Amino acid sequence: MQKNKLGQIWEVISRNQIIIPFAALLLLALFNLIADPSFFRITLNENANGDPVLSGNLISIIDSGSELAILAIGMTLVTAASGGQDISVGAAIAISGSVLLRVLCGSDSRSETLQAPIIVAFLIACVVSMLFGAFNGALVAYFKIQPMVATLILFTAGRSVAAWINNNELPIVKDPSFSYFGNYIPGIPVPAPFLIAIACFVITWLVLKFTTLGLYVQSVGINEKTSRLNGLNPEFIKLLTYVLLGLCVAVAALIKVSRISTINYSVVAKDIEMDAILAVALGGNALSGGKFNMAASVLGAYVIQFLTTTLYKFEVNATALPAYKAVVVILLVVLSAPTVREKLTALGKKLRRNDLPAEKT
Amino acid sequence: MREDSVLELRGIYKSFPGVKALQNVDFTLRKGEIHALMGENGAGKSTLIKVLTGVHIKDEGNIWIKGHERPVQIHSPQEAQKLGISTVYQEISLCPNLSVAENIYIARGDSRFVNWKTMNTKAQALLDSLGIAVKATQQLASCSIAVQQMVAIARAVDMECSVLILDEPTSSLDESEVAKLFKLMRKLRGQGVGIIFVTHFLDQVYEVCDRITVLRDGTLVGEYEIGSLPRVQLVSKMLGKELDDMADIKESAPTYSDKGGTPVYEGIGLCSSEGIAPFNFRIRKGEVNGFTGLLGSGRSECVRTIFGADKVTGGAVSMDGRPVKITCPREAMKNGIAYLPEDRKRDGIVGDLSVKDNIILALQVKQGFFKPISKAKAVEYANEYIDLLDIKTASVNTPIGSLSGGNQQKVILARWLLTHPKYLILDEPTRGIDVGTKVDIQKLVLKLASQGMSITFISSETDEMLRTCSRLLVMRDRKLVGELTGDQLTQTAVMNTIAGGEKHAEE
Repeated sequence: MQKNKLGQIWEVISRNQIIIPFAALLLLALFNLIADPSFFRITLNENANGDPVLSGNLISIIDSGSELAILAIGMTLVTAASGGQDISVGAAIAISGSVLLRVLCGSDSRSETLQAPIIVAFLIACVVSMLFGAFNGALVAYFKIQPMVATLILFTAGRSVAAWINNNELPIVKDPSFSYFGNYIPGIPVPAPFLIAIACFVITWLVLKFTTLGLYVQSVGINEKTSRLNGLNPEFIKLLTYVLLGLCVAVAALIKVSRISTINYSVVAKDIEMDAILAVALGGNALSGGKFNMAASVLGAYVIQFLTTTLYKFEVNATALPAYKAVVVILLVVLSAPTVREKLTALGKKLRRNDLPAEKT
Repeated sequence: MREDSVLELRGIYKSFPGVKALQNVDFTLRKGEIHALMGENGAGKSTLIKVLTGVHIKDEGNIWIKGHERPVQIHSPQEAQKLGISTVYQEISLCPNLSVAENIYIARGDSRFVNWKTMNTKAQALLDSLGIAVKATQQLASCSIAVQQMVAIARAVDMECSVLILDEPTSSLDESEVAKLFKLMRKLRGQGVGIIFVTHFLDQVYEVCDRITVLRDGTLVGEYEIGSLPRVQLVSKMLGKELDDMADIKESAPTYSDKGGTPVYEGIGLCSSEGIAPFNFRIRKGEVNGFTGLLGSGRSECVRTIFGADKVTGGAVSMDGRPVKITCPREAMKNGIAYLPEDRKRDGIVGDLSVKDNIILALQVKQGFFKPISKAKAVEYANEYIDLLDIKTASVNTPIGSLSGGNQQKVILARWLLTHPKYLILDEPTRGIDVGTKVDIQKLVLKLASQGMSITFISSETDEMLRTCSRLLVMRDRKLVGELTGDQLTQTAVMNTIAGGEKHAEE
C-alpha cells in the first residue's frame, strides 16, 4: 500500500515540469549545506554610502541572476512560438546599453550631469531594442529563416553596432542615481536588480493571466496550420515574441550598464545567450517549441546562477569554471529532457502496477 | 505464371493492428501495359504498393516475378529494386541540389561512373532516348516538377526495371506536363515495361491505361479491360454500390427550395491558389448541402476557398446580401463561418494542448487578445460539450493528442459549435471514425440545420451525403460540373455526374 502511494507520488512529481529545476536547486543547496553551511549566511552591513545592504552568497545569487532570469522570460516565449532560440541577446544588450549611455551622456562622454532623464533614455533603449527584436522576428517569421541563423546576424554585428553608437568611446555616467538600478536603492537593503526582476515576473504573470498570449504562443508553436485555420496569425505572433524578448533585453541592459555606470562593448553580457537558452532547457521546456512553463524557466535561470556562485565559492579557477559547469549542466539537461521525463513517468506507472497484485493478496 | 505477365500477386494478406488492410488480393501485371490501380481512400492501394516495394512485408500470399522460378520475398525497398521493381512517388524523392545526371546515377551501388564526363554523356543519352528535354548537367531544382518526375522515371528505367510503379505522379502537374508524362509512359510501354499507375483522375485512366484493377476496403473488386468498363461502372465499383439497388436510398432528407430570401452565404467566381476552376456557390438559412466527387476532385479546395484557408485569388462574396471580404480564416470567422478541416491531424488539433484549450481556441481567438476566457469558464464550456457530444476523455486537461480519432474529431466539432456559427463547413467529419459516431454526427447536422444553421457537409460516403443534404454540388477534375437537387438525389445520378464523360461520348 505504501509502495502504491510512492508510485502515485512519483508519477505526479515526474510529470510536473517545474520539479526539474526545483530538484536541481535543492540538490545544489544540499551540497552546499553539507560542504559548508556558512554558504547560507546572510548579514546586514553598511555600504560605502552608509546605506544598509544585505550581503551573502544567496543575496549575490538573486542579485547576479536577475539579468538572466529576465532574459529567460523572453527566451521562453521565443522558444515556444518559433521552436528556436535567439542567440543575439548578449549583443543586443550591448546595443541597448550603448543607446542608454548615448542618450544619458549626449555628445560628451565625460559629462558631469545627465543630458536626459533616465526614464527617457530607458524608453529610447527599449524602442531600439524592440526594433532589433522585430528585425530578428521578421527574419524568422516572414522569411522563414531558422532562428539560430537569423539571430546569428545580430550576434555577429551587435557589439560593433554598439561601439559605433558611441563613436567607440566608453561614456561614464557620473550621476549616482543611475547606479541604483544595478546596485542598491538607498534605504532598501535588497539588491535593486532582484526587485526589477520581481517586477518583471509580476508583469509577465499579469500579461499571461489577462491576455491570451500564452494560449496563442503555445498553439502556434505546436501546430501553425491549425492556428491559422483558427484565425490566428502565426507570423505575427512569432514576431511579437521576438519583440517582447527585445523588451526583456532592454531591461537587462539597464541593469548591466547601471552596475558599473559604463559599458565594455566586447565583454558586457558575454555568453549570456547560452545561459538564457540553458535556463529554458533546465525549466524542462522543449527547445523545439510548444508548451512552456514560465516559472520553471525563471527558476532555471537562478539554478544556473546558484551553480556559478557555488563553483566560485569553492574557488574553482575562473578558466576552469565553464568545464565544471558543463558537467553539471549535462546531468541536469538530460534529466529534464522530455523523453527522460516520459521514461520516469512510465517507471512510476510500473511501480504502481507492480503493487496492484500485492494489494489483492 | 502466365507467359506474358511480368508480375503476379496471389492471395495477398496484410493487416495492421485493428485493420485488415489487404485480404486475399490478386494482381497481375503484363509485359508492356499500363495498369491502373483504383480505389477510394482506405481501399488498400497504398498498402498493396508498399507490399510490392518492400516497405511493408506481406502476412500471406505469393509474389511472382518474371524470370524467377519461385515466389520472391521482398523485405526492403533495396530488394524490390534488385528484383526490378521501381517506384516513383508523388513526392519526388531525389536530391534537388544535385544535377540531373548525378540524380540518375547516385547511390546505385557501383563505381562505374567516377568519370563525370562519361556520366554526363551517358545520362544525356538516356534522357534523349526517352525523349526527356533536359540537360544532364542542369541542377535538378531548376527543372519543373514534371521534368523532375520524368528524371525520377528515367532513373528507375535505367536500373533495368520491369515493373514501374507511378504513385499519383500527375497530382501536381498541369495539362501539358501530364501530356508529356503520358508520352513517356507510352514509350516505356512500347519497350515492354509493365507500369502500375495510381491516380484519382478518371480522365487520365481512360486516356492512358490498358487495364484497371479496382480495390475496395482491402479486397479485390475485379480486374477489367479498359474498354469493357464504362466510367459509371468504375465509379460504382470503387464506391461499392451496384447501379440497380441504388434508387431507393433517398429518405426524408430536407427538401430544397431555391426561394426563401437572400442566401446566408453567396460567392461568385471563387477561385484559389490551389487551382480550382472558378465556381459559384450559395447556401440559405437552415440548408444542408454538400460537395461530392472523387478524392482529389477539388471538393475540399472549394470549401477551403470559402473559408479563406487557401490563398483566395478571385471572386465576390456576400453574406446575408451584404458584400464582405473573406481572404483569411480570421475574416471568415468574424462573419460567422466555421470550418472543420479534412486533415484532422495536420489542420485540426493542437496536439499537446488539453481538450479544454482545444475546445475554446476558436472562440478565444474570436473574442480577442485582451479578453481571455477564465479557467472556470473554459472548464464549464469544455464539460458542456463533452456531455453534449459524448466525448470520451479522461479529463478536460488531457492532451487532445492522446484521444482516439473520433473523439478528437468531436473536440474540433465542439470548438466550432462553441463559436455559434451561422454557417458551418464540415469537411469529411466522419472519416476514420466508428459507425456510431458517424450516425451521431449526421443526426447532429440535421438537428443544427433545423435550428437554422447553414451547413456544408462533405463525405466520401455518398450515402451519408444523400441522407443529410438537400443539394449536392458535383466536382470532377477540379471543376464544378453539376448540381443535383430533389428527385435527382440518387446514387445513380451522383455517379453519372461524377463519372461524366459518358454523356460527351453519346453526343
